[in-house]
Amino acid sequence: MNLDAKIPEGPLAEKWDNHKFRIKLVNPANRRKYRVIVVGSGLAGGSAAATLGELGYNVECFCYQDSPRRAHSIAAQGGINASKNYQNDGDSAYRLFYDTIKGGDYRSREANVYRLAQLSGNIIDQCVAQGVPFAREYGGLLANRSFGGAQVSRTFYARGQTGQQLLLGAYSALSRQIGLGQVKMHNRHEMLDLVLVDGHAKGIVTRNLVNGRIESWSADAVILATGGYSNVFFLSTNAAGCNVTAAFRAYKQGAGFANPCYTQIHPTCIPQAGDHQSKLTLMSESLRNDGRVWVPKKAEDCGKDPRKIAENERDYYLERKYPSFGNLAPRDISSRSAKEACDDGRGVGPGGRGVYLDFTDAISRLGRSTIEERYGNLFEMYERITGENAYERPMRIYPALHYTMGGLWVDYNLQSTIPGCFVLGEANYSDHGANRLGASALMQGLADGYFIIPYTIANYLAEAGAGAPSTEAREFKETESRVEEKLGLLLGINGKRSARSFHMELGKIVWEHCGMGRNAAGLQKALELIPDLKEEFWSNLKVTGKDEELNIELERAGRVADFLEFGELLVRDALDRDESCGGHFREEHQTEEGEAIRNDEKFTNVSVWEYQGEKAPPVKHKEELKFENVSLSVRSYK
Amino acid sequence: MKLKLKIWRQKSVEMEGSLVDYQLADVSPDSSFLEMLDLLNEQMISEGEEPVAFDHDCREGICGTCSLTINGIPHGPQKATTTCQLHMRHFRDGETIVIEPFRARPFPVISDLIVDRAAFDGIVQIGGFITARTGSAPDGNAIPISKGVADKSMDAAACIGCGACVAACKNASAMLFVGAKVAHLNLLPQGAAEKDRRVLSMVSQMDRAGFGNCTNFGECSAVCPKEIPLDVIAKMNRDYATASLKNIFSQVG
Repeated sequence: MNLDAKIPEGPLAEKWDNHKFRIKLVNPANRRKYRVIVVGSGLAGGSAAATLGELGYNVECFCYQDSPRRAHSIAAQGGINASKNYQNDGDSAYRLFYDTIKGGDYRSREANVYRLAQLSGNIIDQCVAQGVPFAREYGGLLANRSFGGAQVSRTFYARGQTGQQLLLGAYSALSRQIGLGQVKMHNRHEMLDLVLVDGHAKGIVTRNLVNGRIESWSADAVILATGGYSNVFFLSTNAAGCNVTAAFRAYKQGAGFANPCYTQIHPTCIPQAGDHQSKLTLMSESLRNDGRVWVPKKAEDCGKDPRKIAENERDYYLERKYPSFGNLAPRDISSRSAKEACDDGRGVGPGGRGVYLDFTDAISRLGRSTIEERYGNLFEMYERITGENAYERPMRIYPALHYTMGGLWVDYNLQSTIPGCFVLGEANYSDHGANRLGASALMQGLADGYFIIPYTIANYLAEAGAGAPSTEAREFKETESRVEEKLGLLLGINGKRSARSFHMELGKIVWEHCGMGRNAAGLQKALELIPDLKEEFWSNLKVTGKDEELNIELERAGRVADFLEFGELLVRDALDRDESCGGHFREEHQTEEGEAIRNDEKFTNVSVWEYQGEKAPPVKHKEELKFENVSLSVRSYK
Repeated sequence: MKLKLKIWRQKSVEMEGSLVDYQLADVSPDSSFLEMLDLLNEQMISEGEEPVAFDHDCREGICGTCSLTINGIPHGPQKATTTCQLHMRHFRDGETIVIEPFRARPFPVISDLIVDRAAFDGIVQIGGFITARTGSAPDGNAIPISKGVADKSMDAAACIGCGACVAACKNASAMLFVGAKVAHLNLLPQGAAEKDRRVLSMVSQMDRAGFGNCTNFGECSAVCPKEIPLDVIAKMNRDYATASLKNIFSQVG
């Protein structure tokens, strides 16, 4: 597997400019001879499709939702980082680069991260021009807020729905190109395989979710912008439909999968209420500024009304264990502490999987109206979901999966190990290392789509020459029959269990053994459990309905089948990476205070997995990470 | 909780549909409305029946995918709440709940509770944007926008495009949806250059797609999960009138 990252020569700050000058262009008159497929219509896919359309390429864009406006980028709340330095507080591209590298625990590529920081300002300009209604100050200038992992105010926001507004911006640009006929949009289509011709990505096979039709689409290049894989855990903050299928099928066709074990957990989510639960909802972490986290000291108090538990019977465990940071301990540490308290039998609420976040002190200190002003919408959302009034009794919170840093390996051009197959946004692994900072996901998605791929794909297209193959070609027909065969297998098992029940069981295994804390014994256990579950899936699955119609169960079954295989890859990678870094916490490697201990000597590299077929385990390759500009240090926020 | 459900079942767009009765037991009052349907579907699959198809995705009230008419009200009885955020504790044990798709001529039923809302995309494609080619934008702070204007634009931009407004209206009018987009963009200085074209083209596309007229009952705003105010319709009408007059005078002149 060729893992040449193609990082341009020259000083860090000049690499992107040098690269843009050296790579090939496609002249305006020739662009219409090329066709590009974009899978996914979120921030990365939507912005890429719109921009390539504007440039004059013929674009075919696909999404599984009923409209490109519904991609899950829409649910991002907090904001988007940019090193504009509008606050005159010492921000710069270099500082944003440094914060991102450090936040990622020194497991990302310097050149990619610097480019991201460089482009961050252009994104804000572009979004403002599209009419994104960012928050403003009274003087009419753009407002900023601060976010975790940074000492400057560089986060731009549109109320608590920044992701929605940025996505609607990209969607409007995309819609304009659809209206002009430059982009053809295919809603309710799911990519089920990638088609390779002479080793190059030249098309995809989709299933039309309305009538079940299997179709081939050919192009000069394929862009995957299909999001992350948090839903392998079944319960996450992702949308119900988010899945790993497109990325995983590309992996099976030869694309390297990088660092699948890098997953991020958010500490302040609303806990699971019961087995009926289908997703978890995130609440802004800002709540921890005024709430105090605690559990009862004695397990027998867990069922009691929290207001009746005396002060000296409560364990404010974050304040006890981390006196200097207290309730504001970093995400990973506070998440793991919550799990420890619950594992100790002192969790509260349904299933004993929750801890209290108590605002009583803050309300008596600041008054209810101040708390209402700061967090009113969050308290409202909490009440909507739990039916409890958090002004009167403590909130219950528990950590949940919400982002995955791993993804398909890409080089500096965002090209995977398959020529012609480019990967953008959360679907690639490139910029966040082992941990992503808040307000950086939106930034990366839009940088990839608006400002990177339009340049780098031109280089590939110019070299490859125009000429998408016919979908009648043997490679397309073979892929189609493989897809149809698999759907037939799923429908033909005719067992007893629903796809959802398998998904739930897989989620429990992965969460238990490969969630917040991981250790060799647990991971090995998961590597035994998952193949057994996979075997049962393929012998006892029940899928109702037929292939040639709208069939929600068949859709689900296909996604769960891929999650089962992918889950194994995730666990394998977590077992192999015998160090703690960022969101990957191996319990064997921690300080006495519970901080992660990296092993830089052995693991300053990217683990890239290559598929070896059904029968053999995947092979690991390494891309060594070279740090020429920052020195590796212990990530400490003390 | 035990529930009696009357659910619209329709195999495909060409076929006739009807309400079918179902019984469901052991529903947790803490589950969401869609989780209640998940439970029903699991029960149906175990009995070898085809589950009820419904649209859903984010399940946190922002993507606008879910679209059920519950006891006659789009998104159900709770104010400012999408179907996915509605929880079963708002229903009584033993209650009968009628579940239908969003009904409107421009939203044909695809299957069961799933409707086709592509007509909304069509309206945006013809004018619901600001032409801003990637790379051509001036600095974000080059044009100051007063906080009041930015806030008002954001109020309108909060629309999630679910279509409840259309389903609630006896005329199947899309004026709240279109008004929200027109107000969002026309209020901003960045949107000024295309202000007239935008409102004229979007309104004419809205008519072509078969959406009806507004008769000022305000049902749309009452069911809107994001509480988009009726003001946006007034704003759209004003902008439309101004743009039409300008057109007439430019033809005369």
